Amino acid sequence: MKELEAAKITEVVALLCKEANFELEDDVQDALEKAFEKEESPAGKEVLRQIVENSRIARSEQIPMCQDTGLAVIFAELGQDLHITGGDFETAINEGVKNGYTDGYLRKSSLADPIRGGNTGDNTPAVIHLTLVPGDRLKLWIVPKGGGSENMSRIAMMKPADGVEGIKKFVVDNIRAASGNPCPPVIVGIGIGGTFERCAQLAKKALLREIGSKHSDPFYADLEEELLGLVNDLGVGPMGFGGITTALAVHIEVAPRHIASFPVSMNLNCHAARHKYIEL
Amino acid sequence: MAEYSLKTPLKDEDIKKLKAGDKVSLTGTVYTARDAAHARLVALLDDGKELPIPLEGQVIYYVGPSPTPPGKAIGSAGPTTSYRMDPYAPALLDNGLKGMIGKGARNDAVVDSMKKNVAVYFAATGGAAALISRSITSAEVVAYEDLGAEAVRKLTVKDFPLIVAQDCQGGNVYEEGQKKYRKE
Ligand code: SF4
Repeated sequence: MKELEAAKITEVVALLCKEANFELEDDVQDALEKAFEKEESPAGKEVLRQIVENSRIARSEQIPMCQDTGLAVIFAELGQDLHITGGDFETAINEGVKNGYTDGYLRKSSLADPIRGGNTGDNTPAVIHLTLVPGDRLKLWIVPKGGGSENMSRIAMMKPADGVEGIKKFVVDNIRAASGNPCPPVIVGIGIGGTFERCAQLAKKALLREIGSKHSDPFYADLEEELLGLVNDLGVGPMGFGGITTALAVHIEVAPRHIASFPVSMNLNCHAARHKYIEL
Repeated sequence: MAEYSLKTPLKDEDIKKLKAGDKVSLTGTVYTARDAAHARLVALLDDGKELPIPLEGQVIYYVGPSPTPPGKAIGSAGPTTSYRMDPYAPALLDNGLKGMIGKGARNDAVVDSMKKNVAVYFAATGGAAALISRSITSAEVVAYEDLGAEAVRKLTVKDFPLIVAQDCQGGNVYEEGQKKYRKE
């Protein structure tokens, strides 16, 4: 059986927590540069100019692009023929988060108790979504997630009769209401179907996809494009100052649902859409 | 979209000329405070006690910077969402605060208080935290050190790039700007 040292996981997670916060991935950077070229509103264009320059500064100085370096959200696919040695998986991940957030001078935003507070001091625990898959590899997606855009995320347990029109209204209404709060231009992750908790997770997973990628099912690919058009027609614009760029992408993920339920969720990511991927 | 360079402390005549959507480059002293510090400041005001920072003519920036790396004045320091400070802002404005910096729109109570007290709400670009940190030349914790990132800091800023988001006449860049580009 193939083996993987827990210490290796820790090392990689630490590195990627820093890299994710310092270096915006090319898909996001390109989309922002294109948006800057196209933006018609003067205030919106100024915002996009600052954002593009900001990510260049962050990359060259190796400092966080945003002060909110997020909670460390980690999606993992673990091959069932891979044996982790020298420690347990969750501890290895959390050690990595702790080391990365400490050495990288990243902000620690994790409160130990949701009501009584108390900063955990090292940004742990990570939010880990683990699935067991065939094979002997470990795939990791590191997606630090800030609070501003997370707070504008929503879930609705709709009626099946609400259908596609209900989804459009849900998305458009919530992005209009969110206005400048989630730091637009945003990336919109939408989950449709599943149970309550699965649906929310789908929306988060939708944020892992690269900007420019389409859903593999043409029906949903078309819906993604239509929703992107509707969202940009809102005119919210960069930072809510008005403009033609409100979202850079809409990504949908779906799952089978109960005959009586129609859960729809929307997870927003801000323009500081940090994501890193590695396969071990 | 006019452009102004302003220095703190802000005076009424500085503020009265500002219109939502104007670009401002701010130089001088700015204090930082977020949710937890606001709760403490307003509790002191309620008890009639003295505050650890001056308010007269001052500007508060809603920010919780990332830790300061070696050799820098401050870590990355972009704005946080302002509506969370709405319940506290009127009390501070009533006591002399003239400017607030954050992101996202303010509620009616804050707007009414801004009109009454002649104050302005600026937006900084959310997420442009590395860029903004370049306009902060010094930072010093002056109160509530126990709050970590949320402690109150005294910042010296030079040419801090801002947009007038809501002015003292009720002008609102979010409403006016979005209306212009809405296609519905
Ligand atoms: S919403 Fe994103 S870009 Fe805006 S402050 Fe939060 S983490 Fe930063």
